[in-house]
Amino acid sequence: MSSNIIIENVTKIYDNIKALNSITLNFEANRVISLIGVNGSGKTTLLRILAGLEEATKGCVEFHNKRIKAQDLRQISTLVFQKAIMFNSNVQNNVAFGLKIRNFDPKEIERRTNQALSTVRLHGFHKRKSKKLSTGEQQRVALARAFVIEPKILLLDEPTSNLDPTNAVIIEDAIKKMREKNGCTIILATHNLHQARRLSNKIVHIHFGKVLETAKPEDFFENPGNKITKKFINGDLQF
Amino acid sequence: MIGVPTVALGLLLYLLLSKSGPLGIFGLLYSPLAISIGQALLITPILISFTSSALEATDIELRNLARTLGASKLQTYLAIVKEALWGVNLAIIASFNRAFAELGIAMMLGGNIRYVTRVLTTSIALETARGEISFSIALGIILMAIVFSITVFINYLRRE
Repeated sequence: MSSNIIIENVTKIYDNIKALNSITLNFEANRVISLIGVNGSGKTTLLRILAGLEEATKGCVEFHNKRIKAQDLRQISTLVFQKAIMFNSNVQNNVAFGLKIRNFDPKEIERRTNQALSTVRLHGFHKRKSKKLSTGEQQRVALARAFVIEPKILLLDEPTSNLDPTNAVIIEDAIKKMREKNGCTIILATHNLHQARRLSNKIVHIHFGKVLETAKPEDFFENPGNKITKKFINGDLQF
Repeated sequence: MIGVPTVALGLLLYLLLSKSGPLGIFGLLYSPLAISIGQALLITPILISFTSSALEATDIELRNLARTLGASKLQTYLAIVKEALWGVNLAIIASFNRAFAELGIAMMLGGNIRYVTRVLTTSIALETARGEISFSIALGIILMAIVFSITVFINYLRRE
């Protein structure tokens, strides 16, 4: 299987604190990869580097075996934040933002927007004010906004945390549809181990900036190779 | 600079624009252009202060949101300005009202010349000095009505 994106010895230091410590990872195309770990383990930092929002202090990111700069990463990837951020406009304008700045044809914008809103089950919400929607609906709009630009790498930072089960299921279904339709690499940071197991082809356990274990979901949960990973899965991790 | 006394600014500009002043060769004193220059200088700090406050008040993650959706620096900046549009509108209203209802600069740089540099505020001052109180009140009501109407109109546009 071709390597889509490679993180090569990436270190990120904030104020003398190593958020990421020499991380090397391969993310294959058309796969869902879950990043799991305790709060502050470096999941979000890794996503922000992959989104091109932060530069690594050391190391690099490669796409199709070529080193890629942050500004170019922003053209091929998009990040859905943990807390949905809405532009002060209606749902239609929020979802179409990425298409408008790429000068898409209005008909294509309408087609893609309709399709994305249907995927997240918000058909008919076009004219609704985004900031007046519920938290779950806003997160679904954020997901649709990422879908329409058809990124090669879709980054999701705990997209279902603080959501009710109905919204969480809708978002999980949408993620699956997105992968089937576009064949993009989806990297998902989550605390929800069941969700990671349901959605992922590969699970990466990050602990205080280091990768402890990378495995297929069945191996990861049935036979974790690392003691800390085993404790984390069982909820026995003390630190 | 927001609270600069208009009379002090008017005096400074008067000295600069008067015939013996460094900008006297342009002959701008007692002209509508002199009033415009004075008012522009008066409102610039208000415009900058209110607009920058509005931009700073936008969610810091909005910038990252625009960037992660592929926006260039300019597109990101425009998106943030759009988000802060109400604050920018407020800056425009506050500046307009400050300039429109200002007396010191209009009087000192315009000279209150009939049909040339006489504006509502200088007219009110003149009519009051002449004892035409009812006429002054009428002009004051017109001044208030214009300021109020513009504020209401901008508010309406914001809601739309």
